[in-house]
Amino acid sequence: MNVVIRASGLQKSYGGQRVVDGLDLSIGKGECFGLLGPNGAGKTTTLRMLLGLIAPDAGTAMLLDLPVPQAAREARIRVGVVPQMDNLDPDFTVAENLLVYGRYFGLHDSEIEARIPALLEFASLTNKRNAKVPTLSGGMKRRLTLARALVNDPDVIFLDEPTTGLDPQARHLIWQRLRELTQQGKTLLLTTHFMDEAERLCHRLAVMDNGKLISQGSPRELIEQNIEPQVVEVFGETSGQWAGEHAAGYSQRFEVSGESVFCYVNDAQPLVAHLQGQSALRYLHRPANLEDVFLKLTGREMRE
Amino acid sequence: MSNRDFALPKLSLRFFPIWQRHWLVWKKIAAPSILGHLADPVIYMLGLGYGLGSLLPTMGGMSYMAFLAAGTVCYSTMNSASFEALYSGFARMHEQRTWEAILNTPVSLDDVVLSEILWAATKSLMSGAAVLAVIWVLGLSHSLMSLWMIPLALLIGLAFASLGLIMTALAPAYDFFMYYFTLVITPMMLLCGVFFPVTQLPESMQAVAGVLPLTHAIDLARPLMGGAIPPQALLHIAVLLAYTLVAFYVSLVLFRRRLSR
Repeated sequence: MNVVIRASGLQKSYGGQRVVDGLDLSIGKGECFGLLGPNGAGKTTTLRMLLGLIAPDAGTAMLLDLPVPQAAREARIRVGVVPQMDNLDPDFTVAENLLVYGRYFGLHDSEIEARIPALLEFASLTNKRNAKVPTLSGGMKRRLTLARALVNDPDVIFLDEPTTGLDPQARHLIWQRLRELTQQGKTLLLTTHFMDEAERLCHRLAVMDNGKLISQGSPRELIEQNIEPQVVEVFGETSGQWAGEHAAGYSQRFEVSGESVFCYVNDAQPLVAHLQGQSALRYLHRPANLEDVFLKLTGREMRE
Repeated sequence: MSNRDFALPKLSLRFFPIWQRHWLVWKKIAAPSILGHLADPVIYMLGLGYGLGSLLPTMGGMSYMAFLAAGTVCYSTMNSASFEALYSGFARMHEQRTWEAILNTPVSLDDVVLSEILWAATKSLMSGAAVLAVIWVLGLSHSLMSLWMIPLALLIGLAFASLGLIMTALAPAYDFFMYYFTLVITPMMLLCGVFFPVTQLPESMQAVAGVLPLTHAIDLARPLMGGAIPPQALLHIAVLLAYTLVAFYVSLVLFRRRLSR
């Protein structure tokens, strides 16, 4: 595998608090790699170190065979970035945003102008070419930010929570575009806390918490390695009492969260048969998913 | 803070696309911007010049209006660079996250800060040229030597842009800038020889005025407007350049610290 992004032993502290703590990572060409983790896990700091925007306290990072931050400028010529918060130029039109941004990469105006129609097409913004940024919807702004990240035809694209704050239609359109980019052979590194997004898009995932990678693999591997294959969710006012008496007997592992009980099982049949006799309780039987893995690894407590 | 924060600036031509960006934004608001450059200084100059000037004999060997004209070019130049570096610079760094977007490209923070200084100095140049044009139209300066005011406006702009960016690098919010305008810019306007010769001040205040950059700018401007070579011209230029270079470096170190999170 041709490694495009590599981190070894990356460390970063702010004010005595270790935000990234000995992180090792390697991402191959053409991969879509997802970095998952609760707020404050160190995802954005990791991205910023891999982009060479901040220097690690210890450890090394390579981006496209160049050491960062030392050769960050050279590396970033071939990188696109979709930041967490929109930072489009509000004074400019859609097309002007692309033109002005392309110039930062040292591209000539004629080169950028030639690329703009295809970028607008990709972002489904062709008819918004001359619209000013403040008149765009959230989804359009996000797509323009994505198009802007492609203005230099990058090999690697960093995306920091690319669909946060978007409605389902807008998210699906972004996902479709990101899949197209992967099919074109581009390498994607994205952070998210939407498990469905990670499951749909990413070839490989890493779960991060407290500055450390706690598990990585394909979505299927993460589920197989970390959790029982079946989940039965039990709801109802008496679910807590039921859990105390029966849950341990029917499941490998269970968690109580409010009036819901999550039972993780290898074989759901005996539990389902038992629940059919409990008229006060409702239940949902489903296969285990990434969200179950995520909650198991990072806990159910609120962050921040 | 690491040693990297203290590295000398690494300058390159990559600042130019950023300067182009600011220019493109400015072109969209050119009309109100030019009006802003002109209205305030010209009203001051005409109001005080006619109102106060009629009560005064000549000042420094020229009419009060002509005396005021040189000061007005300098202080309007100072103001343009300061407003641009503080308010607009802060908007680009903090509010609009324009810097963040630019820093994700192969452009470094050093280039971004350089472009801010050069852009604010460009605004000074425009403001100085606009006031100078009014002065010519009013016949307050007849000498071709006054054309030297144009490069001088650029130099004044560089010095005040660099000083202003130190504030921008430290500012938690826009309110913070009131300190700078109240404690630095307004005193300079009143003490550095815009409205009356610095020699009218008590000696202790003259000593203070003597180290302030606007005094040196006006010591260059007033003779030039009258058609003479300024005495000690190289000293005054050196002081303005020193303010520029030191303040640029200090602001860059502060920005590196601020943005390294």
